[in-house]
Amino acid sequence: MDPTRPQKEPPMSVLDQQGAEERDPVAGKTPDEPAGADAGGGPKAVRGREPARRRGLFLVLNAVSVLLGIGLWWVLAASGFTLPTPPQVVSRAGTLISNGTLAGDVRASLTRVLIGFALGTAAAVPVGFLMGWYDILRGLIEPWIQFFRTIPPLAIIPLAVVIMGIDETPKIFVIFLAAFLACVVATYQGVVSVDRTLINAARVLGAGDLTIFARVVVPASTPFILVGMRVGLGSAWATLVAAELIAAQKGLGYRIQNAQLYYDLPTIFVGLISIGILGLLMDRALLLAERRLTGWQERR
Amino acid sequence: MTTETAKISVQDVTKTFELGRETFTALDRVSLDIADHEFVTVVGPSGCGKSTLMNILAGLETPTAGRALVDGAPVSGPGPERGVIFQQYALFPWLTVRQNVEFGLRTTGVPKRERRSRAEYFIELVGLERFADALPKTLSGGMRQRCAIARAYAVDPSILLMDEPFGALDALTRVKLQEQLLHTWSRDKRTVLFITHDVDEAVFLANRVIVMAARPGRVYDVIDVDPATERNEEFRLSPQFAALRNRVWHSVYHQEGRTAVPSPSASARS
Repeated sequence: MDPTRPQKEPPMSVLDQQGAEERDPVAGKTPDEPAGADAGGGPKAVRGREPARRRGLFLVLNAVSVLLGIGLWWVLAASGFTLPTPPQVVSRAGTLISNGTLAGDVRASLTRVLIGFALGTAAAVPVGFLMGWYDILRGLIEPWIQFFRTIPPLAIIPLAVVIMGIDETPKIFVIFLAAFLACVVATYQGVVSVDRTLINAARVLGAGDLTIFARVVVPASTPFILVGMRVGLGSAWATLVAAELIAAQKGLGYRIQNAQLYYDLPTIFVGLISIGILGLLMDRALLLAERRLTGWQERR
Repeated sequence: MTTETAKISVQDVTKTFELGRETFTALDRVSLDIADHEFVTVVGPSGCGKSTLMNILAGLETPTAGRALVDGAPVSGPGPERGVIFQQYALFPWLTVRQNVEFGLRTTGVPKRERRSRAEYFIELVGLERFADALPKTLSGGMRQRCAIARAYAVDPSILLMDEPFGALDALTRVKLQEQLLHTWSRDKRTVLFITHDVDEAVFLANRVIVMAARPGRVYDVIDVDPATERNEEFRLSPQFAALRNRVWHSVYHQEGRTAVPSPSASARS
């Protein structure tokens, strides 16, 4: 069996086991669980049941919040602020969708973000592992990471343009940099915080360095990496609009910039909302992956 | 007992750690022989180096001076003939009970089918068969430690090194696990070095109790327990047990003035 395989564990099986234990309290199969088992098991069982009810409540609250927000926006727009009203934005969205502009922009932006983000994390994970595993490499790499972390990716753009020209390369590069820096630090943190006892346990069970790395360090740092990826994705999106300032012909950031020239507020709103929704969807996807891959974690 | 026949032989082992500018002597010329199939407990105050001693035997640390032999050969790193059970269970939280038990079998290259059946056997031995596919987070402390015991047993070590394995458990669970451990041990005798800070536990389990002293860590006293004694509740409540416990208790808690051994003022705790 693959140790990194997502563990389909959570609530159901907890309930099953708790139930099994309760059904069979005197059979002596679990004789070493006196009062403690119930005390310890009770809250777990409750925690397993709660989310279903809680999640429903949360969704309702989320929906209410969104509606209130839109309502507030509408009221502000109607009362003279320089804002487009929701219907104006919706109709502009309709136009942009029907003439294919929005799809083209989304495709262009998504391509940049995904390529930059994928390259960034693909580079960050091995580098983070190497830094965490070998002190020498950490000493060599860390100053550069710390240095570049203090420079906002946006400040790199002029340099990137001069060196790489004005095509896709500098845009993807700054997104790559943003994602890389966020993820590399998280991965490194994950590796150095792997419980020593687990490594020792693997060693006394006959595991060599390679096995320890693949079967202990990698799974143990997965939660950190996934958090790093989520932060990296946020940085990647945050960098996108600025990256598309560079002689772009397409893209949500470009569209927003362009609309600014024409004082075209509804288009700006459509662009902003699209970026927000896409970012949210991608974050949810990562969150889902995180739940699946790190369901084994004990949460408070 | 001569060193040649000893299963485990610790010879003049000294271990020092540098703590800033100071040198801390965790073990000071400790010598100790353990015979095959012997169940030895080590008890002592914190800082007496009992965990260091275990780590050296496990191959996780190297002595500063002296040497540790297992089956007559110097210890140089961990080996499959020495199983280790840690106080914090050290189960891999992302693996199920079964996968945890199979871990050592995978690293030593046992083929899949045999792995499966051996894991099954040891999971049953510790009574976790209904939890074989559960993740550690769903298990109680006692069940986790039983899983760790099954995992150590599965690779079939001839020596078990246990570092306060029941230290984090409540008293009732602890007594149960002690009895289970002895039961397992009596069916399938291995050499056990069991570290504890609990005097009762040390006396109940052992053929021989080794009392260590701190600053510097050293062997302070050795108390034999008749191996023929049956370890059950009767023994636990017997005058023989009480006498042994008194003896060990004094050895552990009255080390300063080395003459204090039979001091009636501070007898057994209740």
